[in-house]
Amino acid sequence: MTMPGTLRIGLSRGRFEMVEFFRDKGAVIFTFSFPALLMLMLGGIYDEPSGGDVKLSQVFAASIAASAVVSTSFVNLGGRIAADRDDGSLKRLRGTPMPVAAYFIGKTVQVLLISLAELVLMLGLAMALYDLALPNTVVQWGRLLGFFVLGVICWSLLGIAASSLSRSAKTSAVATLVPYTLLGFVSGVYIVPMGLPPVMEQIGALFPLKWLAQGFRSALLPDSMAAYEAAGTWESGRVALVLGLWAVAGLVLCLTTFRWRDERTR
Amino acid sequence: MSETDPVVRVRGLTKSYGRGKVLRGLDLDVHKGETLAVLGPNGAGKTTTVEILEAHRGRDGGQVEVLGTDPASADRAWRARIGIVTQHASDLTDMTVAETVGHFAGYYPHPRDPGDVIESVGLTAQRKQRIGRLSGGQRRRVDVALGIIGRPELLFLDEPTTGFDPEARRQFWDLVRGLAAEGTTILLTTHYLDEAEALADRVAVIADGKVAAIGTTAELRASAGDEVDVAWAGGHERTERPTALISRLSDEHGGEVPGLTVTRPSLEDVYLSMIGAKGTTS
Repeated sequence: MTMPGTLRIGLSRGRFEMVEFFRDKGAVIFTFSFPALLMLMLGGIYDEPSGGDVKLSQVFAASIAASAVVSTSFVNLGGRIAADRDDGSLKRLRGTPMPVAAYFIGKTVQVLLISLAELVLMLGLAMALYDLALPNTVVQWGRLLGFFVLGVICWSLLGIAASSLSRSAKTSAVATLVPYTLLGFVSGVYIVPMGLPPVMEQIGALFPLKWLAQGFRSALLPDSMAAYEAAGTWESGRVALVLGLWAVAGLVLCLTTFRWRDERTR
Repeated sequence: MSETDPVVRVRGLTKSYGRGKVLRGLDLDVHKGETLAVLGPNGAGKTTTVEILEAHRGRDGGQVEVLGTDPASADRAWRARIGIVTQHASDLTDMTVAETVGHFAGYYPHPRDPGDVIESVGLTAQRKQRIGRLSGGQRRRVDVALGIIGRPELLFLDEPTTGFDPEARRQFWDLVRGLAAEGTTILLTTHYLDEAEALADRVAVIADGKVAAIGTTAELRASAGDEVDVAWAGGHERTERPTALISRLSDEHGGEVPGLTVTRPSLEDVYLSMIGAKGTTS
């Protein structure tokens, strides 16, 4: 008996999940509009020049684009997996010959496409409202794509791990939204990095949002702006290293904590 | 696996949650092609037993074989041969019936035709509706459609008609009878004795983590003995020889006995005395 291939089922699940996501109007509006509204708020408040030709709103726009990717990977994925566990989806799938890997391939497709759509939306907004320019060198494009992919992988794995922490879909929002929002403050997203007290800055530096935001700034702002970073340079190598380490930690957490169902219930 | 081997074979199954023993050495066979109903009060271990057979749960002890394989080492090929219809699923609300059944067909090596399956569960008119907009009974039919799309040899139905109105139950029973007629082995858990009587070839009563009784409904009823209740306007008596009693009463009353009834215990009476004697609540 030949079983259908894992990749084929995984891609079919990706398509299925995309349709499911876009029909859930509440999730679509929340996922896409929350970071966009933040960008409008902060960009509207801080419009003064930051350094050279660069306006503060452009610095915020680059950082918030990074946090938007965390919203579509970490928050969105953590919530969806907790919901899958809660509403019987995971249990139903576990009772079919669908391979485990296909489930995660499907999620990967969903998160990558939604995150890409979010990135395009955020950059479009920033270009229209704050004159943010797209990268104009190969190096900057490389940074944007590289940090985007690395960020999505890292934060998706952490989202899967966070989904296991929460007992139900209702509390999963706490397990993802609280760290997401708090990290936004200490990671130079809602407050420019140079405006942070050193202790807060050091706490933020332990977590991957700060590094993803820094990576996005390095891709979207002129290199002269590196002087305003905590280290005075873009630290591209360190950004990649920290995101990579957190991705590995996230993978280990996923493998050790992922549950098909809540075993604490009968 | 030969023709005569049981599809499900359970010996001495045990399972505890914390300090509570739920299963205490349960034995059970399900034969090829039969519909077996598992009855028992809440907490008796019905759902736990079924979930162990489905490979959804591990066990503490005992031997379990389902389709010749230990569910603890279940692989994809094994899962393709079973179908599961669980309770309380509330997923897939934004997808249509046809999209969902078609998608799930892609998981299996030899699926049934999705259109045929939707037809057989009576949802052809609703095939383009989102599942979240279906009635409770229709939603359950989607669950059954997903349970049978892979052409299972063994189908698990966990309390499938809870919350159904009487007409929906009748329709659902016809659907299950149709599957049984095609040769599907069915393991059904239920709280309803009339459902067990309507669908099952045999009934297993689980009480206190063991099988308290197993057999056809006629056999279970017979296990209560041959005593019947004879009641009349002046009193009542339980007897194995009702005809002799009525003859005597007739003589006493000089012909017609006023208010005479003769009642055999119902399956429900037998069932209640069976689980009542075991005194399970948890």
